[in-house]
Amino acid sequence: MAETQTMREWLLAETPTSRRHAKISALYQGWLSFRSNTMAMIGLGILVLLVFIAAAAPLLSPHDPFVQDLGNRLAPLGTDGHIFGTDSLGRDILSRLIYGARITLYIVALVALIAPIAGLLVGTVSGYVGGWTDTVLMRITDIFLAFPRLVLALAFVAALGAGIENAVLAISLTAWPPYARIARAETLTIRSSDFISAIKLQGAGPLRIITRHIWPLCISSLIVRVTLDMAGIILAAAGLGFLGLGAQPPSPEWGAMISEGRRFILDYWWVATMPGLAIFTVSLAFNLLGDGLRDVLDPKAGE
Amino acid sequence: MMSTLLDVQNLWVRFPTRNGVFDAVRGVSFTLGRERLGIVGESGSGKSMTGRAILRLIRPPGIVEADQVNLEGQDLMKLSEKDMRSVRGQRISMVMQDPKFSLNPVMTIGDQIIEAYRLHNSASKADAYNKSLEMLEAVSIRDAERVMRAYPHEMSGGMGQRIMIAMMLIPNPEILIADEPTSALDVSVQRQVLDIMDKLVKERGMGLIFISHDLNLVADFCDRVLIMYSGRIVEVCDADKLHEAKHPYTRGLLNSLPRLDAPRDRLEVLERDPQWSEAPSVSGSE
Amino acid sequence: MSMLDVNGLNVWFGKNRDRVDAVKGATFDVGQGESFGLVGESGSGKSTILRAITGLAPNWSGAMTLDGKPIGKKRPKEFFKTVQMVFQDPYASLHPRHSVDQVLGETLHLHGFKDIDARVVKLLDDVGLGQKFRFRYPHQLSGGQRQRVAIARALAPEPELLLLDEPTSALDVSVQAEILNLLADLRNDRGLTYLMVSHDLSVVGHMCDRLAVMKDGEIVEILGVEALRAMNATHPYSKQLLQASL
Repeated sequence: MAETQTMREWLLAETPTSRRHAKISALYQGWLSFRSNTMAMIGLGILVLLVFIAAAAPLLSPHDPFVQDLGNRLAPLGTDGHIFGTDSLGRDILSRLIYGARITLYIVALVALIAPIAGLLVGTVSGYVGGWTDTVLMRITDIFLAFPRLVLALAFVAALGAGIENAVLAISLTAWPPYARIARAETLTIRSSDFISAIKLQGAGPLRIITRHIWPLCISSLIVRVTLDMAGIILAAAGLGFLGLGAQPPSPEWGAMISEGRRFILDYWWVATMPGLAIFTVSLAFNLLGDGLRDVLDPKAGE
Repeated sequence: MMSTLLDVQNLWVRFPTRNGVFDAVRGVSFTLGRERLGIVGESGSGKSMTGRAILRLIRPPGIVEADQVNLEGQDLMKLSEKDMRSVRGQRISMVMQDPKFSLNPVMTIGDQIIEAYRLHNSASKADAYNKSLEMLEAVSIRDAERVMRAYPHEMSGGMGQRIMIAMMLIPNPEILIADEPTSALDVSVQRQVLDIMDKLVKERGMGLIFISHDLNLVADFCDRVLIMYSGRIVEVCDADKLHEAKHPYTRGLLNSLPRLDAPRDRLEVLERDPQWSEAPSVSGSE
Repeated sequence: MSMLDVNGLNVWFGKNRDRVDAVKGATFDVGQGESFGLVGESGSGKSTILRAITGLAPNWSGAMTLDGKPIGKKRPKEFFKTVQMVFQDPYASLHPRHSVDQVLGETLHLHGFKDIDARVVKLLDDVGLGQKFRFRYPHQLSGGQRQRVAIARALAPEPELLLLDEPTSALDVSVQAEILNLLADLRNDRGLTYLMVSHDLSVVGHMCDRLAVMKDGEIVEILGVEALRAMNATHPYSKQLLQASL
């Protein structure tokens, strides 16, 4: 008990003793305020569970997700050995959902890496440099924004060829403009603040100002936005899968599974509903997490 | 002995935080008659919180507690939120530090004043308009007709603050709480705004609570002064005797000011005695 | 010998119809080791002069010389080794996500110092903060402590001229006294030259040897501190300001 008490005191020390200590202490305080948000913790819990399920898929899934059993197709919920039933080819839906978590995570991770980083680059450069650079970059952003997301993604996939990687790429290409907008708006307010003036007076160049001083302040709002957008990204990926332009059969991508189940939705509703519920749960988890992160990360929210 | 308008007894403002409860105001008691009562203190002394707590304008999770906040026989602590709303503005008005944040940026000043007037009085639009013009003239705004048509961003700080005061005075409140009403203004404008407030308080027999960090200003402008330190009143004195204040904190504050007429090489630095925040609050009751 | 010479300085914002002339034909000089004040109400252009000297206000004309060398449109790195600035609002002038150590360390790094650790320690001691503040973040500091960090940052490149833009107007009076004392000590110890902007005549009277009174972008009068204390202003506007500040 005494041990944990001192650990807590060390973490909450008002006078950190080293660079590392200060960093860890700041992180811990963020964690504390995040932890007090129950809904966000639920979101985080679901996502941690999702990662665990994806990692341990071979151990957790009761069946091979690709093995067909045509004698036992469209088995209802609660069938012996198939809790969530089987699909039109007799594959175990639960196992496919578990393996599908991997694909979902893969898509989410890739899009979450590509889109915000591209948006951050474009937005901060545009906002900080201003003038012609700003005009050109923002008009390009507008062009991307002018198309409905799914339509643009469809066009890209159609041009690049169907497949999960191309779907990710297409979604990223359509997802970055809002991030660029946010980053630019933030940059415009940060650019004129005193602390940027102060570092300019130390002779810092634009590159250093953008990367060291503007990025750290933009990133938090981007992270929040990304987590809130994750639901949309999962849905877009599912939509592409649903239209047959994302993951290809027999890959157990959740959207593709819904698409398959659609044909029997009236008689065998669970085939489409189970992956739908999975998408819903994960999207909700990301939204809850995003809300919680906003409270922790938003520097304007105060101490 | 003048009549008591407001009687505050044992007022506390508490904020629960991660590291326990933080008391912003700790057991403050005072009364207000038809006078100009100054509350001075440094940032964090709880002076603004005291002003807001009277109107129960502390945002959750903050908590206001008091034995009583008695406004002419009515305990404000016991009123429902709905009744409280009619007290705010109607009987006690508040002027904030920066008029920019208190005026609606997308409405003309005229519309805002008229709306405020009609909220409290049943009057036709034309009557309200004329009344608003009168109000603006009462706060020494010369071309009131033009100001009525203007938007807040077209106003200077001094003008904005006068407009705020005009709006606050429309319902003819008994008490005006002014929280640093002039600290965003230049010295020359400051004087004018104070004169207006002074005139109105005298003419209408209002009680004024004037919250400020500026000792000289308060000494000049008020009748009686409460000096607050870490959520408590450490000293109460007549404003014209503020420069003879006894408490070491008040003395320290006064001495730390640079003065044109008494040049010094070094300014006196206030040494804070932890006992000051432990000593019980002095009562500001008359 | 003059440290800073400003001659016929005009500063404006915006173009054509929206053009606002913030400073009109300002002329003054600040001697080596002198403390010079700029006084005026908000909008009088006093802060704009500081921003023009440092290049933060890019539209200016006229002549400015620093230590005998003319100040051009582009300021070389050496310029910022001679001139540094302390901003008005210590809550806005420190990066909210950088610890004190990062702020000072980066500044020292930018000026090409090698012994950064030792210098950070020394700077913190010089401004009276001490080591326990080294790894704190701005939100863990009070206003006065933040302003001390900002002063330490300005001192890091070992400048000769310090531009002070209302360094205490956002602070409580007791903290103001501490900061003004600190600034006075630093000036004595290091032989610094100050150019200080303030709306508070008593602060300028305490800190400065000479001062210029500004109104609507123009300098209406330059007077010595003795004349100020004796209320011997000649221009009616300066008289009015003096009256109001009593």
